[in-house]
Amino acid sequence: MKKVIEASQAIALGAKLCRPDVIPMYPITPQTHVVEDLASMINNGELDCAMIDVESEHSAASAMIGVVAAGSRCFTATASQGLFLMYEILPIISGMRFPGVMAVANRALSAPISIWNDHSDAVSARDQGWIQLWVESSQEALDAIIQGFLISEASNVQLPLMVNFDGFTLSHVFEPVDIPSQAEVDKFLPKFKPVYKLDVKKPMSFGPIGFPDSFMHFKKQQQDAMINALEVVKAVNSKFAKAFGRSYGDGLLDLYKMKDAEYAVIGMGTLCGTAKVAIDKLRAEGKKVGLIRIRCLRPFPEKELQKAIKGLKAAAVLDRHISLGQKGPLFTDIRSAIYCNDITINSYIAGLGGMDITVKHFEKVFKDLAQGKQKGEWLFD
Amino acid sequence: MIKGLPYAEYFVSGHRACAGCGEALMIRHVVKAAGPNTIAVMSTGCMEVVSTPYPQTSWGIPWIHGAFENNSAIASGIDAALKKQGKRDETNLLVFGGDGASFDIGFGALSGALERGHKFTYVCTDNEAYMNTGIQRSGGTPLYASTTTSPAGSKVAGKQEPKKPLPFIVASHGIKYVATASPVNVFDLHKKVKKALATPNASYIHAFSVCPVGWYTKPEATIEIAKLAVNSRVFPLYEIEDGVLTFTQKIEKDKAIPVLDYLKVQGRFKHLKPEQVKEIQKYVDTRYDFLVGIEGKKAFDCLF
Repeated sequence: MKKVIEASQAIALGAKLCRPDVIPMYPITPQTHVVEDLASMINNGELDCAMIDVESEHSAASAMIGVVAAGSRCFTATASQGLFLMYEILPIISGMRFPGVMAVANRALSAPISIWNDHSDAVSARDQGWIQLWVESSQEALDAIIQGFLISEASNVQLPLMVNFDGFTLSHVFEPVDIPSQAEVDKFLPKFKPVYKLDVKKPMSFGPIGFPDSFMHFKKQQQDAMINALEVVKAVNSKFAKAFGRSYGDGLLDLYKMKDAEYAVIGMGTLCGTAKVAIDKLRAEGKKVGLIRIRCLRPFPEKELQKAIKGLKAAAVLDRHISLGQKGPLFTDIRSAIYCNDITINSYIAGLGGMDITVKHFEKVFKDLAQGKQKGEWLFD
Repeated sequence: MIKGLPYAEYFVSGHRACAGCGEALMIRHVVKAAGPNTIAVMSTGCMEVVSTPYPQTSWGIPWIHGAFENNSAIASGIDAALKKQGKRDETNLLVFGGDGASFDIGFGALSGALERGHKFTYVCTDNEAYMNTGIQRSGGTPLYASTTTSPAGSKVAGKQEPKKPLPFIVASHGIKYVATASPVNVFDLHKKVKKALATPNASYIHAFSVCPVGWYTKPEATIEIAKLAVNSRVFPLYEIEDGVLTFTQKIEKDKAIPVLDYLKVQGRFKHLKPEQVKEIQKYVDTRYDFLVGIEGKKAFDCLF
């Protein structure tokens, strides 16, 4: 069924279709529409689920531990400072190997306080053992939640997953969205079967102290699971295509007009939509330009990226975040992945705290690349 | 084995707690009273460290530890999930936290979980300082006690503030069962745990937990010190049921031993001057008189 809805509503509908048992949540702009919608579905009897209105995001993440440890499926959502209040608990959830999905309505971090979009919240949390999907549209937002549970709960993964969608520029934007039926989703996503749970019939201890002889082994297992997730993300994307007739690149990278491209921009989220408009315009002028959209930031699709940039003369990475004192983190990841490929790659910092990224910016970036400029810059209005 | 108490143990020996640890003793009896159909959530702290050195565990019931300040929030998730699964009534949910976790860093999460009406029994094992990190001052440290961050210096001697009244703050949330418990009477402790677990929503037990290392006391004196605390009225034993306070062991004024008897056997108070002992005595008397004043009266609203 097609409906014109906000991405926030799409996220809430996606979550509902996955039949979560418990949703611990704490409100924060611009995530609020997601949890409001879910609360209304629960209180109107459309969704059989418990919502815990916790007293902080720290407790939302902590309650997620309890829900999944008790053997139930858990969904939550947050943004910005909320994600950072959860920060202490993020590696505990992943370290204890609890699957679950959290939507993040990406928003800048204080100070100065800003409610508007950039990627500094989730990108800063990239090392904490969560799989990270980054979406571009409302349709993809809904679909990624459904895919997300299947990826997260895969037996060779068992890791939590974040679905990142741009605050306001996507969360509050209305688009037509094809909403799958419950029967279709039930067929695609089986019921949650925990590998281990708190069970009085089979008592186990969760969260013990790991001494130096065991700690690193746990981390290696987590890394192995993350690497497994690369193939699982691709497989789930293909399975989704068969079930629903939609897919997003190979699940890891989404390429646009890259076949004969000489110059490309690389980015995540809604800025990719703007990039496509610019690319279409430049293509009409005969310029061979394309886009690589990073859909999965963790685990990082290194091999796929090396393949995608083959044949390029130069590329530009647009980071909606700055690792202060370094460059954009997406840029440093990409440069590290392709260091042996002999192409120019420039770092552009753009769209921090909600500053617009426009077609003109992309025209300028492609012009820089074509002129052989060896350095990126900050793209202001 | 104590005659009249269940034989089975769910917090078993082999853990690495110090000799004479009052906290391990209280936990052992709380889970013994709760029995096998129990899930335990625990904060980071001594008990978590000593009981689960991977791959070993002292726990015979399902046990989970996440972080320092989130035991109540993890319990909220477990409670909600078990209710959704329709398995809530058959399972006890015990939540353990030391004074640091309960008075200080996890206080917000505890208050939130109480306000939301989750069903769990919170057991604060109060040893009156951050013992796991090396005896630092907490909101549960008593007046003038010396800790490593409130040392008995020549200018400032010990902690300058009295304890936060946590059982009363918890009771103010309107929960139906709050009790204090001490190892001096394990039968009383078992009875209180059973009552707490039978409460339809949240319940709370404040467990007096002697720490020989942090209090500078002899390991073999743990029970004796707990007795001195009760008999000097430093640690009153009571229950608050439906908002009404009753003593489970009332110490009349003329029967009470001087607070000094309790203080003088502990290294953490050895710097005290007579006027400070007097001040502590006055504080203990005033507080106990207050309890006597509200005894048998509806002192707290009950929301649930």
